[in-house]
Amino acid sequence: MEREVTTAGSAAPIIALEGVTKRFPGVVANDHVELAIWPGEVHVLLGENGAGKSTLIGLLSGLQQPDEGRILVDGKPTAITSPSHALSLGIGTVFQHTMLVPTLTVAENLLLGAPWWRRPRKDGLRTRVEEVSRSLGIKVNLDALASELSLGEQQHVEILRALLRDSRILILDESTSMLTPSGIEELGVLMRQLVGRGLAVVFITHKLKEAAAFGDRISVLKLGRKVGEIAPERFRALDEESLISEFVELMFGKRSGDPEDVVREPHPGISQAAPVLSVRALTRAPTSVSPGLSDITFDLRPGEILGIAGIDGNGQKQLADALSGQIATDDGSILLDGQPIEFLPVHARRDAGLRYLTDDRLGEGTVAPFPVSINFFLKQIGDRPFWRSGIERRAELDRRARALIAAFDIRTPSSETPVGRLSGGNIQKVLLARELADGAKVVIFNKPTYGLDLANALATRNRIREIAASGKGVLLISTDLEELLGLSDRIAVMAQGSVVGTVENSETARTEVGRLMVGLAA
Amino acid sequence: MSAEASTIAVDPEEPAGVGRVILHRILLTVGPILIALVIAGLILVAVGVDPLAYYGYVIERGLLSPTGVQQTLTRMAPMLFLAAGLIVAFRAGIWNLGVDGQFLLGAVTAAAAAPLLANAMPVWAAVVGAFVLATVVAMIWSLVPALLKAYHGVNEIITTLMMTFLGVSFANVLVKLVFLDPETTVPQTRTLPVEDRLPRLFDTTISSGLLLGLVAVIGVHLIMTRTAFGLKLRVVGANPRAAVHAGLDVPWLTIAVFAISAGLAGAGGAVDILGVQGNVRADWNPAYGLTVIPMVFLARLNGFASIAFVLLLSVLSIGGESAARRLGVPNHFTLVLIAIVLIVLAIVEYVDTRYLSRRR
Amino acid sequence: MTGLFSEIFLSALLFGAVTAAVPLLLAGLGEQMSEKAGVLNIGIEGMMIAGAYVGFLVAFMSESLWLGFLGGAVAGMAVSSIMVLLCVRLGLNQIVIGIGLTLGLEGLTALLHHFQFSRTYPRLPAADVLAIPGLADIPVLGPALFQHNLLVYLSVALVFVMGFIYRRTQLGLNLQAAGDKPSALDIAGVDVVTTRTVAVLTTGALAGLGGAYLANVGAGIFVPFITNGAGFLGIVLAMLARGRPLWVLFGALLFGISLSLTTALQVAGINIPTDVIQMIPFLAVMVMLVIFGRKSSLPAALGLPYERGSR
Repeated sequence: MEREVTTAGSAAPIIALEGVTKRFPGVVANDHVELAIWPGEVHVLLGENGAGKSTLIGLLSGLQQPDEGRILVDGKPTAITSPSHALSLGIGTVFQHTMLVPTLTVAENLLLGAPWWRRPRKDGLRTRVEEVSRSLGIKVNLDALASELSLGEQQHVEILRALLRDSRILILDESTSMLTPSGIEELGVLMRQLVGRGLAVVFITHKLKEAAAFGDRISVLKLGRKVGEIAPERFRALDEESLISEFVELMFGKRSGDPEDVVREPHPGISQAAPVLSVRALTRAPTSVSPGLSDITFDLRPGEILGIAGIDGNGQKQLADALSGQIATDDGSILLDGQPIEFLPVHARRDAGLRYLTDDRLGEGTVAPFPVSINFFLKQIGDRPFWRSGIERRAELDRRARALIAAFDIRTPSSETPVGRLSGGNIQKVLLARELADGAKVVIFNKPTYGLDLANALATRNRIREIAASGKGVLLISTDLEELLGLSDRIAVMAQGSVVGTVENSETARTEVGRLMVGLAA
Repeated sequence: MSAEASTIAVDPEEPAGVGRVILHRILLTVGPILIALVIAGLILVAVGVDPLAYYGYVIERGLLSPTGVQQTLTRMAPMLFLAAGLIVAFRAGIWNLGVDGQFLLGAVTAAAAAPLLANAMPVWAAVVGAFVLATVVAMIWSLVPALLKAYHGVNEIITTLMMTFLGVSFANVLVKLVFLDPETTVPQTRTLPVEDRLPRLFDTTISSGLLLGLVAVIGVHLIMTRTAFGLKLRVVGANPRAAVHAGLDVPWLTIAVFAISAGLAGAGGAVDILGVQGNVRADWNPAYGLTVIPMVFLARLNGFASIAFVLLLSVLSIGGESAARRLGVPNHFTLVLIAIVLIVLAIVEYVDTRYLSRRR
Repeated sequence: MTGLFSEIFLSALLFGAVTAAVPLLLAGLGEQMSEKAGVLNIGIEGMMIAGAYVGFLVAFMSESLWLGFLGGAVAGMAVSSIMVLLCVRLGLNQIVIGIGLTLGLEGLTALLHHFQFSRTYPRLPAADVLAIPGLADIPVLGPALFQHNLLVYLSVALVFVMGFIYRRTQLGLNLQAAGDKPSALDIAGVDVVTTRTVAVLTTGALAGLGGAYLANVGAGIFVPFITNGAGFLGIVLAMLARGRPLWVLFGALLFGISLSLTTALQVAGINIPTDVIQMIPFLAVMVMLVIFGRKSSLPAALGLPYERGSR
C-alpha cells in the first residue's frame, strides 16, 4: 500500500494524555498513560485484550472520566464529560460494536443528535453525504434501514457520521474484527485518505500485521501501561518483519517470534479411525437475522482437531447451534459414533457425548447471578447423583463443584460466588469443566479464546490439544487464523452458510485458507 | 458492572448467608419500614390525625386484640396463595399481572361448585372437589397468555392485564346469569352453610385456609430453591438464552409457570370462598393481587419473608378497617403506607448496593 | 326494541363513546411515548388518579374547568417525576415502582378526598360544549361527535401531532433511539436520561389531563378509584398500537363504545348485564392477538435502565 508522506512535525498534537489513570474495582485499566495524537497520522494502539485499549477509548469519547492525570485538547486541559462533549471537541468514535439504531434509516441515524426541536434536514444531509462520500469513494444508501446493512456498510455509515460532524480525530475501535479481508483493505485506503486531509486517526487493534500495514505511529499497551512507542520516522525505516518482531518484544517482552505461534504436533493414526462425528448435508434455511446452513458435510475422527475458519457471521454459530440441537435443521443427518442424533434434543445429544462450548460465555453459557457451583450443572439439572427424585442434593453438588474448581484451577472466592463476578478466563474454565465432565466424545469449541488474555488463551489452547490427544474429536470454530493453523489437523472454511473447502493443515494451508475465505479457489 | 444494575433485584442467588448478611438484610428491611411509618405519619398529621394513636390502634386491632388477630390470620390465607403464585411467576421471569382475574374466577368456581357437589357427595369431598376445580379453572384461564408467550413471544404484561379485565367481567357474568342463587334478591351465588366450610382452627375463628396458605408458600419456596424443577424455572427467569443452551424446554416451562401461578391464585380464591365468604356477591372484587405484588418484592421473592410481609399487610388492612370505623381514617391509608414502604425500600436498597456495599 | 336504534339513542351512544374514549386516548398516547423511549410506565394509573383528583379539586375551587385541566396535567407530571427519579435516573425496577405509585396514589387521593368532603360528592357544573359550526347540525353524528368540550377536539388533534413528532421531528428520532438503542443515542451526543425524562414527564401530563377530563367532564364528580383501570387500559392500548398514534385512537374508540353501550343499555332498560358488553373489546383484542399474535416488536430496551458504558 502506498503511503502518503504526512507532515506531522509542524503542528501540535490535537490531544495529549498526561499520566492518565483509570481504575475499576480490582483492576487498573490505564496506569499513567502518556499519549499524543497528531494530525495527519494514523496512530495505532496495539495491545491484547485487557491491555486497556477500550478504556482509553472510553476516556477519549467521554464515556468515562480518568481518576488521575489530565487530557489536553489543543494544549488546554479539558475534562471530556460526555459523548456529546467529545463530539463537540471534534472527537468521533467508531465503536467495535455497531452504534446505529437498527430501526432507523441510515439518514435518520446520521441526523441523530441535532437539536430536538428541529425538523430533520434530510435534503441538506443528502448533499453533504454526497460530498463527503464521493471524495472518499464510499457509497451508502441513505434510505436503507440500518439493520439491513452488512457490518462493513454499517462501519462506513459510522465513519461518515464522524466526518459529517467535522471530527478532527477519528477513533476506530477494533474495526477490522468484523470485516472481510477485502473490507480491511478498503478501510486501510480510507484511513490513508483521511489522514491525507489532516485528520488524526486512532486505530485500535490487537493484530500485529494490521498495525504494521496501516500505522504511522504505534503505541503499544500492555496491562494498562504504555510500554513503548514507535515514532513515524522510525516506523517508515523498518520493514514489516522487523516491525512485527519489535511489536512482539514490546508486547510480550521477548524476541522469540509470535508467542501465539505454536508448534503443531502431527497426530499419528487419525486418518485410519472411523469417524466419531459424521455430518451429512446439514441444511437450514436462512432467516432475516442469520445466515442459514447449506449442505454441510464433514467427518471428524477421534483425536482429530477440525478447524472451521471464516469471517464472523458466515454460519459458524448456526453450525454449532444446529449440531448441539439448539436450533432446528431442515434436512441432513448427524451421526455420533454411528448413531443418528439429529432428532435428539439438546440434553440427549449431550448425554450421547456431544459437548458444546459457546462463544457467548455470559450471554448463554452461564447464568451470571447464579453461583459457580450451580453453573457447573446447568446442563444436568435433575440428573443423579446431584438430584434424586428431583430434589437437590446439596452435599453432592458441593463436593463435585469443589473437585471441579480444583481440577480446572478456577480462581473463585468460593463455589457460591456468582459466576458473573469471575474474570473471563475463569468463566471459560467453568464452561470447560462443565463440558469435559465424564463421557465427552466430541467437543465443539466456538471462538474459545475470544476476549481472553494471553495466559488464559494459551491455557485454553493447551486444553484443546489435550482433549484431542485423549482421543476425542474436536471441532474448533475460530475467526483467528493463527489459532486454527496452530491447532487444527484440517481446516474447513465456511462462507455464507456452506463449507467452501477443506484443506490439510500443511505449509500451504495459510494461503489456501486465506484464498477460500475471500471467495477464491484454494 | 451489570450484576448490580437493578435494585429491587430479581437476584435470589445471594451467596449463602452468614449471620452478618442476614442482619444486614433485616436492617435493610426494618429500617425502610420505620422511615416509611414516619413519612406516612406526616400525612396523618397533615389531615389532623395523631399518627401514634393511629398506629397504636392499628396494631392493637390488627395484632393484639384476640378478635383482631384471628381476623388478621384468616385474611392472610388468600393472600398467601397469591404470594405463592407470584413468587413462582416472578422467579421464572414471567410478569403475571393477571392474578386478580385468576383469583376471582377461582372464587366463583368454588362458590358455584361447592353447594352442587355437596348434594352428591360428603361435604369434605365437595370442599376438596370445589378447591381442585377452582385451581383447574384458573389454570385454564391462564392458557391463552401462556401459549401466546411460549410460542409467539407475545408480551405477557398486556395479555395478563387484559385477561384480568376480562376475568373480572366474566366472573360477574357467571354470578349474575349462571350461578345466581334463586332464593335471594341480591345477585350472588348460593351460600355454603357455615358448618360446611373449611374447618376452623381449634377454638378460634381462624380458618384452616391459613394453614393451606402457609403450606402453599413454603412449598413453593422449597420447590424453587431445592428442586430440579425450581432451578429450571429460575434459569429460564434469569437467562432464557442460557436455558435454551442448556437444553431446557423453555416453551413448556413457560406454560407450566403460568399454570402453577394461576392455579395458586385460583386456589386462593377458593380458600377465601370455602373458608370465609361462603358465596360470591355480584361485583365482588377484593383485588388483593395488586397489593400482594409489592409484598413479594419487598420479600425479595423469598417465601418465608413473604409470609412476614403478608402478615404485615394483613395487620394493616384489618387494623386499618377498624381504624376507619373508629378513628375515621379510611383504610385507603394502608395503600399509601404500602406504597411509601415500597419506594423507601427501593431507594435504600439502591443506596446500599451503590455506595455502602462497594466497600466490602 | 323499537327505541333502541332511534336517532337520539344512537347519538347519545356515540356521544358517550367519545366521552369515555378521551381519557383512554390521552393515557394511551402518553404511555406510547414512554414506551417508545424505552420506559414501561406501569404507574400511569396513579398519574391518572392524581390528575383526576387535583383536576377536580382545582376546577371545584376555581370554578374554571381549564384551570382544572391544567391542575390535572401538573399533578400527573408531578407523579411521573417520581417515576423519572427512581426509574429513569436511578434505574430501579419500572414495574415494581409503577405498581407502588398506582397503589399509593389511589390510596392518597381517596384519603384526601375523605378528609375534605367526607362522604359528600360535590358535582361540577356541566362542561361547556363547543359545537363545531356546520358539522354539529348533521343528524345523529352532529350531536354525537361535534358537540363536545374543546379538550376532546384537542385530544384528537394530539393524535396527529404525535404522529408528526414521531415521524418528522428530531425529537421523534431521539425517542425511538432511546427505546431501541440507547447507547447509539448517547454516542450521537443526545443524553438518554434527558430524553426519557421528557417522555415520562409528557406521559404524566397526558395521563393527568386524561384523569382530569374523566372526573370533570366525563363524570362531573370525583369519587375514589374513579379511574378504575383506565390507566392499565392505556398501557394495553399503547402496547397493541406500538408506535402508531392512530391505532391508539381506534383502540380507545373501541373501548369507549363498549363502555358507552353498557350505560346506554342500562338507560334503555335492556336486561343484559353490563359485564357482557364490557367483555367484548377485551375478547376482540385477545382474539386478534391469538390470530395475528406474532412476535410483538416492542422497543429493544423497553424496561431496561440505561447506564453509560455498559453494553
